[in-house]
Amino acid sequence: MERDARVCVIGEDVGHYGGSYKVTKDLANKYGDLRVLDTPIAENSFTGMAIGAAMTGLRPIIEGMNMGFLLLAFNQISNNCGMLHYTSGGQFTIPVVIRGPGGVGRQLGAEHSQRLESYFQSIPGIQMVACSTPYNAKGLMKAAIRSENPVILFEHVLLYNLKERIPDEEYVLNLEEAEMVRPGEHITILTYSRMRYHVMQAAKTLVNKGYDPEVIDIRSLKPFDLHTIGNSVKKTHRVLIVEECMRTGGIGASLTTAINENFHDYLDAPVVCLSSQDVPTPYAGTLEEWTVVQPTQIVTAVEQLCH
Amino acid sequence: MAIWLRRSRSLAHYLKAEIGFWKVPNQRSFLNPCFFNPENSSSTTLTGENYGNPASFLGNSPTLFGSRRFESIKSGREELDLEYENSGHQNQAMDFPGGRISFTSEMKFISESPRERIPCYRVLDYDGLPIMHSSFVEVSKEEALKMFSSMVTLETMDTILYEAQRQGRISFYLTSIGEEAINIATAAALTPHDVVLPQYREPGVLLWRGFTLQEFSNQCFGNKADYGKGRQMPIHYGSNKHNYFTVSSTIATQIPQAVGAAYSLKMDKKDACVVTYFGDGGTSEGDFHAGLNFAAVMEAPVVYICRNNGWAISTPVSQQFRSDGVVVKGKAYGIQSIRVDGNDALAVYSATRAAREMAITEQKPILIEMLTYRVGHHSTSDDSTKYRPVDEIEHWKTARNPISRFRKWVDKNGWWSDKDESELRVNVRKQLLQAIQVAEKAEKPPISNLFTDVYESLPSNLCEQEELLRESIKRHPQDYPSDVPV
Repeated sequence: MERDARVCVIGEDVGHYGGSYKVTKDLANKYGDLRVLDTPIAENSFTGMAIGAAMTGLRPIIEGMNMGFLLLAFNQISNNCGMLHYTSGGQFTIPVVIRGPGGVGRQLGAEHSQRLESYFQSIPGIQMVACSTPYNAKGLMKAAIRSENPVILFEHVLLYNLKERIPDEEYVLNLEEAEMVRPGEHITILTYSRMRYHVMQAAKTLVNKGYDPEVIDIRSLKPFDLHTIGNSVKKTHRVLIVEECMRTGGIGASLTTAINENFHDYLDAPVVCLSSQDVPTPYAGTLEEWTVVQPTQIVTAVEQLCH
Repeated sequence: MAIWLRRSRSLAHYLKAEIGFWKVPNQRSFLNPCFFNPENSSSTTLTGENYGNPASFLGNSPTLFGSRRFESIKSGREELDLEYENSGHQNQAMDFPGGRISFTSEMKFISESPRERIPCYRVLDYDGLPIMHSSFVEVSKEEALKMFSSMVTLETMDTILYEAQRQGRISFYLTSIGEEAINIATAAALTPHDVVLPQYREPGVLLWRGFTLQEFSNQCFGNKADYGKGRQMPIHYGSNKHNYFTVSSTIATQIPQAVGAAYSLKMDKKDACVVTYFGDGGTSEGDFHAGLNFAAVMEAPVVYICRNNGWAISTPVSQQFRSDGVVVKGKAYGIQSIRVDGNDALAVYSATRAAREMAITEQKPILIEMLTYRVGHHSTSDDSTKYRPVDEIEHWKTARNPISRFRKWVDKNGWWSDKDESELRVNVRKQLLQAIQVAEKAEKPPISNLFTDVYESLPSNLCEQEELLRESIKRHPQDYPSDVPV
């Protein structure tokens, strides 16, 4: 926002309240009420508003108070955001960033635990990235803001409190690149967002048991970084996908297909995908815990694959 | 305390600031001594400490858009108790979030419909004579003739391109027959810097701004010269150099987008406004309500023009809403509104000029409901005689025609003649037929345009898909259309 006067933030309670997860804290004090705009409650409309603003030269960042609420904005996102650059023959660009907290949290209830990446992945014209650490959150956010394409940045409700040392100098990450978290030889584990931490936890156990998993945080959900993923598959010949999406029509489903189509000659075993069940997220803590993939399940899956 | 509240209530009304729970310290009230006068305001101790440093709010706001500071409900409640103590039973009013409301002991429901419908502003009668005492913006001969010939051009273009669809030369078309006055007169009242977000029945605005008959035809035929690169269906025009946003088929989605465009103009402090159009049917969409609400809250310089033409495909307005049309809805959102005879070019012109002026100088939205009639079918996919009487259509096509009505006024001023008329019509027709021929013969966009502009640059998956497609075409050349370059 400091570098470019055209960047602005639009959403509910993003101003003096600082946003539902304080992502925009103090920005209103610094940049004023117009650049950090509080809107009435109408997601389709403030998304539409941001699209109109983008087409007239601004670079808005739309915040969904919870990603799930952006389902109300689906019409604007699919029919206008993704489409207008194409249908106008390239005359109008829509450099918006749509972001917000999503994923399964701690007892937030079914409506506040949506994983929208599966619903949005088909929309042509948009890019999707998921951040998972303070380092990549900053880098991906900057990249998304600077991109001329509309980008949806998926943040996770449970990851806001992470602390990490990040460089003082400016850095911008590549929106289409996956992150090598832990190089290995035996199996490729592909994951993103919060599940990265479950995978790393499982990795500790696996290492103790003598396995050497390669963990890749795919980061770019649309398009997939098939270059990094492909190199890994060619090395390990076994793939496990761990995601928080639901089983049907999730990111894992698309990724499985992409890997099978492109690298099936290199696979020694079918691609295994661990996802959440096809159920609305229950409120009860114990039940909620078992709808997301747990480290023990990851360990079992690896053991079976590497058998 | 009571004195302070009463005085600032009238001032508050003038300053558009709200008192009570929601303090709105904008630049004007900041300078108002009454607001901070410690003698008058016994509530400074309660509100003052919560108020904090005003400079930090106002310092960086680039426009008149006021900062808001929400105070704790606790302090407000204390203020309320104090007020009650002081005023006793004399004051028949109380503070609630949102401002001061006076009480009534009569339980009265507001009627759902007014005794009288909101009247409609018009300037010319059916004989083209200005009504006595009508106030309107004067139009010069040059301007009037340009408006008139544009209306004729629009009508001719619609008639001929509609026929072209019927002959199978283009795939789809939709006309603005009966709404030429709205199309042209609103466009004439704007400047080229005003951003236009159309629904789809406003090609006249583009015509006024200089889009040529050739450019219109190119889009309808989807050829290589189309600015949309052949990707959209006919009548989905768009031109960034004419400040006319590309038509998107979805109804009413442009309404909140207009607020966004206005937001952008506001940030840049441009001397321009946004104008967006929609029909009576569009006002039922959620986006209409939220968009108008947003525009009012954001103080966005948008002129909302509703073409109430009586029909949304086959749905008449009586089945679309039960309110007194669309004009009354403006009030519900805190927006100044007016109802205009949409078939009276001068009334449309004057109202739009005034609305634009207000929108820009006062930085707020305006709603104009233009009453008219959709003479044509909804589109080439519709036959409206199936749901409305043919004589009704005929009546509006002839007796209530906006072009002939304006013609009468132009004639009476001695600016036009029958000879001019026939010359114009013959010319336009010739130009248009020529443009259609050229457009029809022109090359179609190449297959590479199927994949470009989805993103800024072609990503790997689309490169792959394009390659697959080209391979397919090579393998089955007989199945590929011969007039589309590869």
